[in-house]
Amino acid sequence: MVELVLPKNSKIKVGKTWPKPEGATNVRKFQIYRWNPDDGKNPQIDTYFVDMDTCGPMILDALIKIKNEIDPTLTFRRSCREGICGSCAMNVGGVNTLACIYGMDEVKGDVKIYPLPHMEVVKDLIPDLTHFYAQHASIMPWLETKTNRPAKEWKQSIEDRKKLDGLYECVMCASCSTSCPSYWWNSDKYLGPAALLHAYRWIIDSRDEATGERLDDLEDPFKLYRCHTIMNCAKTCPKGLNPAEAISHIKKMMVERAV
Amino acid sequence: MRYITDRKRAEGRGASGTGTYDHWYMQVSAVGLAVLTPFFVYIFGSALGGTYEEVIATFSRPIPAIITGLMLVFGLQHFRKGAQMMIEDYLRGFAKKFWIVTVILFSYGVMAAGLFSLAKIAL
Repeated sequence: MVELVLPKNSKIKVGKTWPKPEGATNVRKFQIYRWNPDDGKNPQIDTYFVDMDTCGPMILDALIKIKNEIDPTLTFRRSCREGICGSCAMNVGGVNTLACIYGMDEVKGDVKIYPLPHMEVVKDLIPDLTHFYAQHASIMPWLETKTNRPAKEWKQSIEDRKKLDGLYECVMCASCSTSCPSYWWNSDKYLGPAALLHAYRWIIDSRDEATGERLDDLEDPFKLYRCHTIMNCAKTCPKGLNPAEAISHIKKMMVERAV
Repeated sequence: MRYITDRKRAEGRGASGTGTYDHWYMQVSAVGLAVLTPFFVYIFGSALGGTYEEVIATFSRPIPAIITGLMLVFGLQHFRKGAQMMIEDYLRGFAKKFWIVTVILFSYGVMAAGLFSLAKIAL
């Protein structure tokens, strides 16, 4: 059910303001969402000041600098630092993105950083992605074949391989799904743009032999058809992919086999 | 708190096996209504503000009556499915069921009343 007002224990309060770095002339203000499940307090926004002359250009550089030099309790996921692992997805300046490939110069004014919206928070900037990953697993993200395995490899033409471009690059960061209002309200049933993009990636794979079963599994008013082509997913994807287009292709295939 | 696995929670009860027909109906009826609506607006607009006799005369003619009838059937059917989808998006439990039933009754009620009135005028 849609909740237009945050529950009492989720209302965000003003948090701690950390001192400005001494002697720094090029300082940038960061307002970061903090929540610790162990202290029983409401979430709060802490304010940090970062010396930009000694900081890298990306949002993740600033977060790492804050954690290393100002507040070691700040918690966030990060790994590859080059947009491949999808770990550091968060909401920066109102945009779901990967902190490692989002430049500080892309944000005007103070930098406001929140966890991915409408997800349960584990701590600070870390959302609980358990359900998101389980939904991904439910679309069978692997090659399903019935024919006996060939001696060497499953062959694929160059043209068929090209159909996977714009799909296989998804790093499952959840930026798209958590920007989708349909996913906010119905994530219990609706698979969301990320899982559906992956579903299409396997449906369209010329080597996969479970196309019918895959389409059968998506034939549902909620699993697939809760996508109302809002397009937030395509707008926010930090990898420049278009999940809405993939979903529209699935719908087209559904209609083609039914009509 | 129910102790069920994440995978079971994600897969729910599987796929219902429906949805494509409604999707296709909405696509086709949207195109049909895009064509039909300007004609209906012209007919309704030309009758608007007229005397009782003029309005009766307008809707007694076959083409305006047929277009109005089609608009009542397909427009309200399109509305019903769209409104139901919106309710399913935002509501849960009893409120969802209540508003879906209300929308269905409203849509078919208006459709029936409109068609009855049209038939009374046109025939």
